[in-house]
Amino acid sequence: MNIHEYQGKEVLRQYGVNVPRGKVAFTAAEAVAAAKELGSPVTVVKAQIHAGGRGKAGGVKIAKSLDDVSKYAEELLGKVLVTHQTGPEGKEVKRLLIEEGCDIKKEYYIGVVVDRGTGRVVMMGSEEGGMDIEEVAAHSPEKIIKVVVDPAVGLQVFQARKLAYDIQIPAEQINKAVKFMMALYKAFEEKDCSIAEINPLVVTGGGDVMALDAKLNFDSNALFRHKDIVELRDLDEEDAKEIEASKYDLSYIALDGNIGCMVNGAGLAMATMDIIKYYGGEPANFLDVGGGATKEKVTEAFKIILSDANVKGIFVNIFGGIMKCDIIAEGVVAAARELGLDRPLVVRLEGTNVALGKEILNKSGLNIVAADSMADGAQKIVSLVK
Amino acid sequence: MITQGITGATGLFHAKGALDYGTQMVGGVTPGKGGTNVDITLENGSNVSLPVFNTVEEAVKATGATASVIYVAPPFAADAIMEAVDAELDLVICITEGIPVLDMVKVTRFMEGKKTRLIGPNCPGVITPEECKIGIMPGYIHKKGHVGVVSRSGTLTYEAVHQLTTRGIGQSSAVGIGGDPVKGSEFIDILKLFNEDQDTYAVIMIGEIGGTAEEEAAEWIKANMTKPVVGFIGGATAPAGKRMGHAGAIISGGKGTAAEKISVLESCGIRVAPTPSEMGATLVSVLEERGLLEKCKG
Repeated sequence: MNIHEYQGKEVLRQYGVNVPRGKVAFTAAEAVAAAKELGSPVTVVKAQIHAGGRGKAGGVKIAKSLDDVSKYAEELLGKVLVTHQTGPEGKEVKRLLIEEGCDIKKEYYIGVVVDRGTGRVVMMGSEEGGMDIEEVAAHSPEKIIKVVVDPAVGLQVFQARKLAYDIQIPAEQINKAVKFMMALYKAFEEKDCSIAEINPLVVTGGGDVMALDAKLNFDSNALFRHKDIVELRDLDEEDAKEIEASKYDLSYIALDGNIGCMVNGAGLAMATMDIIKYYGGEPANFLDVGGGATKEKVTEAFKIILSDANVKGIFVNIFGGIMKCDIIAEGVVAAARELGLDRPLVVRLEGTNVALGKEILNKSGLNIVAADSMADGAQKIVSLVK
Repeated sequence: MITQGITGATGLFHAKGALDYGTQMVGGVTPGKGGTNVDITLENGSNVSLPVFNTVEEAVKATGATASVIYVAPPFAADAIMEAVDAELDLVICITEGIPVLDMVKVTRFMEGKKTRLIGPNCPGVITPEECKIGIMPGYIHKKGHVGVVSRSGTLTYEAVHQLTTRGIGQSSAVGIGGDPVKGSEFIDILKLFNEDQDTYAVIMIGEIGGTAEEEAAEWIKANMTKPVVGFIGGATAPAGKRMGHAGAIISGGKGTAAEKISVLESCGIRVAPTPSEMGATLVSVLEERGLLEKCKG
């Protein structure tokens, strides 16, 4: 789960990570009030959307007066920002972070992730702050320093100190940087983050070490123990169909194509998208109904697919294990009856109770095209939507 | 074999499935339900009464179990794995989906230097056809034979097994290692076992986007594997930054794309099926070239 920068900074502040003073604003008036309260000579107006690359897209403005704050806030609120992470359609700005400006002496990078290779949490740092860390990794990998954390004892002070020295933090700021890193790790661990990225970490003219930006992602499997984080979810940042799907515990991701897919199992769902593309079609979504789907869940899944106006045809691909084919068939028939089947539907059933499932589809009187295999089904739906 | 979480609906359902398949399930563990029994009526009409214990240690003492399968809810599953490891079981298979990744980081640390092999979590389990089924896979699609299957995805494992069985090719074992980023066994761990297994003549390895486990496995295969391996990688069309169901299936930082994985596999001499529908056919063509097809059908 993603949260906004201002929320991430608030979470970090609770752990003693040094961040600039700031406040969220939903209107230009709130922005001005926030700037007045901060009272700093320079105020930064930052668009809050769940995507990186905001600076380059014009989403970050430096204001030298309250009039500037008002002008920039008016300009940014309601604006659609297109960054390299939003896709071409961009994202509308609905919230702003009004923050005190700070005198940047040098920028660094600090990130915390779970490294799959070692199965450990890794803290990485670089003296090339403010840049895309993937670019740094590509052109000068030696400038990325990593420390691996032993989960039995957590990040140790010597590790943070080593990292701080290795990324060339000035001697006078080493202790502050160590304190910063220790607090960041604690936040990462206690809040079950999947990513905590500070880019840039800055050393200021006044000798402070602080997080100028903060990107926190949380492990969705761990949200059951973080009610406070769940409350930070911003539904405006999510696809309406994905929100609907999550209510029914369906794993759904909207894509750009026109062939709706309903599949059981994440691996098979991904592979179904692949095979549609292989035969020249474009999948409209990833949808895993899961192993223990009920008739109702299947019906809801079907409704979500049909609610996408781009969908010109549907491919249902089921390999029944625990999931029985007759349950899927009943759900498909019920949904098609309720919503009216106005688009081609190809169904491939295999596995537990397959004969029963096929019989339910045949007897339904609905115009359903049966497929013998994944390849057969993919070819049929691709030709039907053309 | 014991089932942790045997009194839950899922645990009970699959304990019955295992017994129906002939697996030697001898008991279960549910804290607080120790001293009771679960009564199961099998498909063949016979009745089995399995003892329930409060702790894994107790269950091991009473039954002599050497393996456990875990169907415990995600918030408690990491604890259940560590309990089984502490009881010095040889094999622990965790089916549970949705365990927090930092819990698994602790589990893998806890397991260091211990004898237990962990498969999963978030996996379908392990089956040796017509002998032993531990997990949630549909047993009847399998056939005893000589092809090993190892996969990060449950349903794609079924798909591969089905394609083999319908071509008359049996399986030595099918192992689902699971879709999580931090897990008990990686491809290489299972490939080593297949390489040493006299009954395995060839292997299908099914990977997906995210991480670099497939690339590492491919390098290992090139250096060590004496048997032919055929691959498939799911997620060629997955967009970057979106988690495709499995917690582990995500392309991040330009790493872990299907194209990258396929190219490494191919450069290591592994033939990759162009579509998920052709995993069986691709294996058949490799077996034919190596003169192994008849042996694998036998």
